[in-house]
Amino acid sequence: MSPQELQVQGKREVEKKQESTIPARLFMPTADIFEDDNALTVVLEMPGVDKSQVDINVEAGLLNVDGRLDFSKYEGMQPVYTEYNIGHYRRSFLLPSKIDQNRIGADMKDGVLTISLPKAEQAKPRRISVNRAAR
Amino acid sequence: MYHPLDALFDLQRALEARLDSDWLRGATAGTGAFPAINVFQQGDNLVAILEVPGIDKADLEIQAKDNAIRISGRKIIAYPEGVSVHRRERLTGTFDRTLTVPMQIDAEGIKAEYRDGVLALFIPRAEADKPRTIRINS
Repeated sequence: MSPQELQVQGKREVEKKQESTIPARLFMPTADIFEDDNALTVVLEMPGVDKSQVDINVEAGLLNVDGRLDFSKYEGMQPVYTEYNIGHYRRSFLLPSKIDQNRIGADMKDGVLTISLPKAEQAKPRRISVNRAAR
Repeated sequence: MYHPLDALFDLQRALEARLDSDWLRGATAGTGAFPAINVFQQGDNLVAILEVPGIDKADLEIQAKDNAIRISGRKIIAYPEGVSVHRRERLTGTFDRTLTVPMQIDAEGIKAEYRDGVLALFIPRAEADKPRTIRINS
């Protein structure tokens, strides 16, 4: 089977519940989220963001991710044809299980941020074996 | 008074205004619309900026001929087996896109930079394409 062709995914803007003091537009990074017994993994695409410009925090069961773009490199450049817009990134997720906040890890490569959220010991699924009923 | 906070918003407005720009006159071709391309003018030269997050440099190929630049490659995402997927928004696959610019370029002088999932192509204008200033003799 031949590999499928990539399509452009239009950037989705953050729907702001409150106005921010800065008028710039904010975008939601594309996300993949998966889970196994030990950890929850969140993968976010934030092209143009350097790892030093990423802010991750977990608070009250919410994972908040902020990625800032360095747009100073656009200085002196005049746009003549555009197909996409750029801006800082922000996205939040409600976490489904208790996370061990001390062991949250993050990696960034080629504009892709991978956040690993290890589950707290009590939150790991316990396998309950069913014994044969006693007579 | 210049406010750095406004600078991003101004840039975003300038980018928004050029969507559907006629500048390329329909001169992009390729089997799909990926990756999205923004083209800027920097002095006499052009800069094309493409967003290709998660694509390994080794999986990117750039070719130039006459005034056409072809960008092709593939994006591979490999996730471990046996995980429960909550959300799958990222796409994988191949791409092949050609950008034809409305001016003569110096193909030998094209420079490509790839950083943080952004590919920037610096496209110098050909010397022959630059207008010659003609001096008036009195």
